Amino acid sequence: MKCLECEKPATFHITELTGPEPQELHLCESCAQQYLMQNPESGVPAKPTLAGMLAQQLKVADTAKELSEIDEKTCPICGITFYEFRNQGRLGCPHDYECFAEELEPLIVNIHGEIEHKGKQPIHHKQSTQTQTRLIQLRNEMNDAIAREAYEEASELRDTIQRIEAGEEE
Amino acid sequence: MELNDLPCQSGEWMKGSGPESDIVISSRIRLARNIAEFPFIRRCGESDRTAINKSVLDRLKEIEALSDLQIIRVDELDDVDKQLLTERQLISREHAESTGTRSVAIDSGERLSVMINEEDHLRIQVMKSGLDLNAAWTQINEVDDQLESKLTFAFHDKLGYLTACPTNVGTGMRVSVMLHLPALVLTQQIEKVFRSLQKINLAVRGLYGEGSQAMGDFYQISNQITLGRSEEELIDQVADVVPMIIEYERRARDFLIEQDQQDLHDKISRAYGILCTAQTISSEETMHLLSSVRMGVNLGLIHDLRISDVNKLFVDTQPAHLQKLRGDELDTAGRNAERAMYLRRYIQEKEQNGGSENN
Repeated sequence: MKCLECEKPATFHITELTGPEPQELHLCESCAQQYLMQNPESGVPAKPTLAGMLAQQLKVADTAKELSEIDEKTCPICGITFYEFRNQGRLGCPHDYECFAEELEPLIVNIHGEIEHKGKQPIHHKQSTQTQTRLIQLRNEMNDAIAREAYEEASELRDTIQRIEAGEEE
Repeated sequence: MELNDLPCQSGEWMKGSGPESDIVISSRIRLARNIAEFPFIRRCGESDRTAINKSVLDRLKEIEALSDLQIIRVDELDDVDKQLLTERQLISREHAESTGTRSVAIDSGERLSVMINEEDHLRIQVMKSGLDLNAAWTQINEVDDQLESKLTFAFHDKLGYLTACPTNVGTGMRVSVMLHLPALVLTQQIEKVFRSLQKINLAVRGLYGEGSQAMGDFYQISNQITLGRSEEELIDQVADVVPMIIEYERRARDFLIEQDQQDLHDKISRAYGILCTAQTISSEETMHLLSSVRMGVNLGLIHDLRISDVNKLFVDTQPAHLQKLRGDELDTAGRNAERAMYLRRYIQEKEQNGGSENN
């Protein structure tokens, strides 16, 4: 389905209930944002989208240079750039929460109004964040070794991963 | 449980049982979890996806309490089967439409489903008929512990469970209650309800979640925030507001009856009449009319159908269900004719059995 305002695919389906008849609107993300921002009918400010919030946040960055520096920040573990996250709204690996911590914190506060988890915790398997990151790294190296057909190296890496998973090595 | 048998049985949320089931269709809780040693789905290659899928399924099989789970490889299903699972709310639309190795594990009562390789590695979901969030939480909390005894989840000391999207971080929990609110729609008060819910950070969605429209006057209310509050607090936030909405809906129904019972009765009877006699009917019109009929059954204006019948019709008349029941692929025109025939037959049969047996 195409956006009512432009040619892009419609990804937002808004049912407008303020008029006498419910009205259905199919919009792309940017047109939807525009629509929601300028809609004076609804008494509450529209819930901003993740993309909207990110855009807002990046405006705070002083210069274009700063902005592009933030965008180029890359996670050493999964290789995702901040730009990719900003674009897709999805992170690449658990380590991103460390690597982009500075940029993510205001976003998380914006979404949740809080920054600290108060709910349940794993009972059985609680690994340190470092161990988790190490495992992802080792697994990447293993996949790499397999791709290079370095099977001996890959099997050594697999053994290390298994030892860490079994809690024998920290 | 076979996929082909699914359309013949009534899924948990169609039962029309449980507390407040005249207005509350179902209570649902889902938890998002990721396995610590893999990247999030967006950065997973096919080999990672296969490894995650296998690792989760192998561990699932080791958990005795979950031994009755049926495992379905979603990427190997045809489109109709994928849609069938979506219509029954056993998988999300995103899970149906994505690509690559992915599965779902479902229990025979269709209360528990575990999606593997959705937006997060694991999306655990428990559904209960009627308003019963505490029972849903007890069950899903147990399942989460059982899975966690076999798998290491990505967990951050400060941020809690880590998820692919920061909107789910912390508890990874979404609590939703699906409500049928035809009187609030008719009296044009629904929007007021939405505004007050938005103010307390609750989201309102249509029948099939994000982006779906409010078909058949069904609305899902769920928490927006997942971080900084305990699971119990998040559940209470939704659980506390639902009785108020139920009360508003009941009052709106009373108002409609007092104001013009004849008019309301006429509207409901006409809806019923069309469903009994139509020769071709769209899914949208069916949902719209069934919504009136559902309210009519609740108000005692229609005697031949029970709430569970109407709930079943809502699902059975959806495109994939119709085609599975018919055992044939049908185009839109074919489905519209099949849908009308299905409705006529179903209602006729109930009428012949007489209302007495149903009450």
